[in-house]
Amino acid sequence: MKIHEYQGKELFRRYGVPVPFGIAAMSVEEAKAAVPKVQKESGSNVVVVKAQIHAGGRGKGGGVKVCKNTADAEKAIDSIFGMQLVTHQTGPAGKKVQRLLVEQGLDIQHEYYLGITLDRASGRVTVMASTEGGMEIEEVAAKSPEKIIKEQITPAVGWQDFQARNLGFALGLDGKQVRALSTFLRSLTRCYTEMDCSLLEINPLVTTGDGRVLALDSKINFDDNATYRHPELSDWRDLSEEDPAEVEAKKFSLSYINLDGTIGCMVNGAGLAMSTMDIIKHYGGEPANFLDVGGGATAEKVTAAFKIITRDPNVKAIFVNIFGGIMKCDTIADGVITAVKEVGLEVPLVVRLEGTNVEMGKKLLAESGLKIAAAADMADGAKKVVELAK
Amino acid sequence: MSVLVGKDTKLLVQGMTGSAGAFHTRQARDYGTNVVAGVTPGKAGAKVEDLEDIPVFDTCAEAVAQTGANATVIYVPPPFAADAIMEAAATGIPLIITITEGIPVNDMVTAKALLASDYPDTVLVGPNCPGVITPDECKIGIMPGYIHNKGNVGVVSRSGTLTYEIVHQLGAVGLGQSTAIGIGGDPVKGLDFIDCIKLFNDDPETESIFMIGEIGGDSEERAASYIKENVKKPVAAFIAGKTAPPGKRMGHAGAIISGGKGTAAAKIAALEAAGIAVAPSPAEMGTTLKNLL
Repeated sequence: MKIHEYQGKELFRRYGVPVPFGIAAMSVEEAKAAVPKVQKESGSNVVVVKAQIHAGGRGKGGGVKVCKNTADAEKAIDSIFGMQLVTHQTGPAGKKVQRLLVEQGLDIQHEYYLGITLDRASGRVTVMASTEGGMEIEEVAAKSPEKIIKEQITPAVGWQDFQARNLGFALGLDGKQVRALSTFLRSLTRCYTEMDCSLLEINPLVTTGDGRVLALDSKINFDDNATYRHPELSDWRDLSEEDPAEVEAKKFSLSYINLDGTIGCMVNGAGLAMSTMDIIKHYGGEPANFLDVGGGATAEKVTAAFKIITRDPNVKAIFVNIFGGIMKCDTIADGVITAVKEVGLEVPLVVRLEGTNVEMGKKLLAESGLKIAAAADMADGAKKVVELAK
Repeated sequence: MSVLVGKDTKLLVQGMTGSAGAFHTRQARDYGTNVVAGVTPGKAGAKVEDLEDIPVFDTCAEAVAQTGANATVIYVPPPFAADAIMEAAATGIPLIITITEGIPVNDMVTAKALLASDYPDTVLVGPNCPGVITPDECKIGIMPGYIHNKGNVGVVSRSGTLTYEIVHQLGAVGLGQSTAIGIGGDPVKGLDFIDCIKLFNDDPETESIFMIGEIGGDSEERAASYIKENVKKPVAAFIAGKTAPPGKRMGHAGAIISGGKGTAAAKIAALEAAGIAVAPSPAEMGTTLKNLL
């Protein structure tokens, strides 16, 4: 799960991680009303207007403006709110800006990158920092990996101040700034662990003329496996940032991802579901989605999955690819038949069944009277469905 | 010979009184696995339907002390599963197989660190995996036993249903398995490809190896260099997720391309550079290995 920058900064405030003063606004009026409040709090006329969408690269796309005075700020608010913001992460259609953050301007001395995430090879959480603030960390990693410095957190022991000093002095901070960074990182690593984050990025982290260290940005992803421990996060979920079909699928514990192709897929198991997309492409087709119905699919789940696939107007044919293990093929066949009868079927359907009770499953499909093309194996099914989708 | 599990395995089941735990315990016992005990805290002495002869204990410590179990399988729900792993490790049991899907990553970071520091000889398989099977000897996990045949291919995979698929395809070309290991789809896990390939490389009964990887992380790349340096047995592979979009979690928590890292293309390139035959499509896994033999 992802949250907006302003929500991430709210979380930082709760943990005592320094952030600039700012006010989030859900409308142009709210944003304009926030300007004088921010100016009063900071004692300066300079404010920053920032578009709030779940994508990086907002500055380059024109979604962030530094404004010298109230008139400039109001102009920026009018132009950014409601705009279709296009960044390298949004795709060409961009995303409509419906929330703004109005923030104080700072006397920035230097910008850095700071990130916390899991290092899979060691199974430990790693804090990364770089002097190349504002740049994508992937780009820094590719061009000048020596500019990224890392410290790993030893579980049970936790983050230690010496690690903050290692990072701080390597970044070229002075003694006072390193002390500020130590406090900053003590709070930030606690936030990462306690809140079950999977990614916490501050790009840029800034030092100011008066020796402070602040998070000028925030990007936080949470571990979906652990959201049950943080029910309060559900208030921060912004459904307008998510694909409606993916939201619907989650209600039925289906793992669904919308893609651009024309062949709808329904598969059991994540690996087989990915492979089904791959084999469709292998034979010249394009998958319309990833869909894993899981190991314990019921007729209800299969029906829900069918509804989600058939609602996609791009779908020209459907491929059901099931390897029944513990889940029996006749159960799946039953589910497919029930679903087709309930939902209706306007596009060709190819079904490949293998595994437990496969003969019973095939018999049920054959006797159902439905127009279903049976596939002998995965390759046969993929070839058939690609042909039918043309 | 085989690896990890076999005729001498005496299995403990953590979470045997739950519906999934009970179902898969019956399946394992019917396959021939020697199930010696169950553990569910607060349910000592409980009788599980059709498993009445298998005693249920409150703690792993008691169960291991009384039955001599030398392997455990975990069907405990995600919020309690990492704790169950650490409880098992504390008994000194040598093998812990964790089926549970959806364990918080931070919990696994803690459990893995404890095992590494205090129980370095304990072998953890999973979580979020189908388990381990040595055909005709011992089945631990949720895989359908009957599709497997005894043979000489060592199978290691990050995906459950794709493991069934390769086993089925191997059957079609007349090959069986020495042992099939599901290492699971989570980012923090026990055995990785390299560990399993070492086991298979040292196992006289394993004559060839098939590995199934997927997008996310760099385990496949690291395994490729290990194989190039150390393995003489024929190795074939398949990588799932060539068409997966970046930044999206493809079902498995660990199956995600982030920051351009962990793509199928990079993994396939690394495997091929190490001289490993990579199946061009998931329908050609069995034939790809057969062609090497």
